[in-house]
Amino acid sequence: MYRGQSGMWLWILHRLTGVGILGFLFLHIADTYLVGLGSKYYNELVFLYHLPPFRVIEVLLVGAVLFHACNGLRIILLDFWESAIKYQRQLYYATLILFVLTWLPAAFMMLRVVNWSNWSLEAPA
Amino acid sequence: MAVEVQNKPGSKTRYSSKGARPKPTNQFELYSWYFFRVSGILLIPFALGHLAIMHIINNVDVINYNFIADRWASPLWRTYDLILLFLALLHGLNGARVLIYDYVPPRGWRVFALSTLYVVGLFFMLIGAQVIITFQPVLAAK
Repeated sequence: MYRGQSGMWLWILHRLTGVGILGFLFLHIADTYLVGLGSKYYNELVFLYHLPPFRVIEVLLVGAVLFHACNGLRIILLDFWESAIKYQRQLYYATLILFVLTWLPAAFMMLRVVNWSNWSLEAPA
Repeated sequence: MAVEVQNKPGSKTRYSSKGARPKPTNQFELYSWYFFRVSGILLIPFALGHLAIMHIINNVDVINYNFIADRWASPLWRTYDLILLFLALLHGLNGARVLIYDYVPPRGWRVFALSTLYVVGLFFMLIGAQVIITFQPVLAAK
């Protein structure tokens, strides 16, 4: 059913994005834990996230989550809707289209507000 | 492309006669299979809502200690974050568990990888829950 077909690439991407998101989740729990230690620790670390390279990684993270969500819906449809398997091809394209249509505006809105020349690590007073 | 689904007796793949993909037969794996899908559905509003609030409506330029302190002044947001923490972590750990079964066949290494995963997972679950539940803002702080 899968090997060499469109579904296989979605399946591989689903696993890769899943592992990536879990990795970020660990990092994100650790950084949020610093809030409990006080403003100094949290604000100093979180200012790393304001740097331009992290803003690009942030957009990639949102893309990974959106892809994982769109493809997850496809998997659930295939599992619980008996006739879905007849529409595999359409579901494949629907997944990709839904992903692109959600990611592009999100990426646009996120990148629009980035100050690309801000490389300062100082938290503003 | 329409796919004819066959269900030959003795065939290794167990498609149902109605054409759905195979479900696990083992009891624990069946529960895990359902949990994977139910948590996935729930994560769509919770995780995407979190991303929309933190990265589009707000953004990382305005997220700092005071932002979190304001947000967690409401028990509603603490509850939201706690639900998201548990859903996302359990969904992710379940995924990692499946990957270990798929990619770590030697028994010893598999037990080692699974044990590490559970210890690390429990650790992050505890520190995440602890900070969400017990956080007390220091108001004078910048």
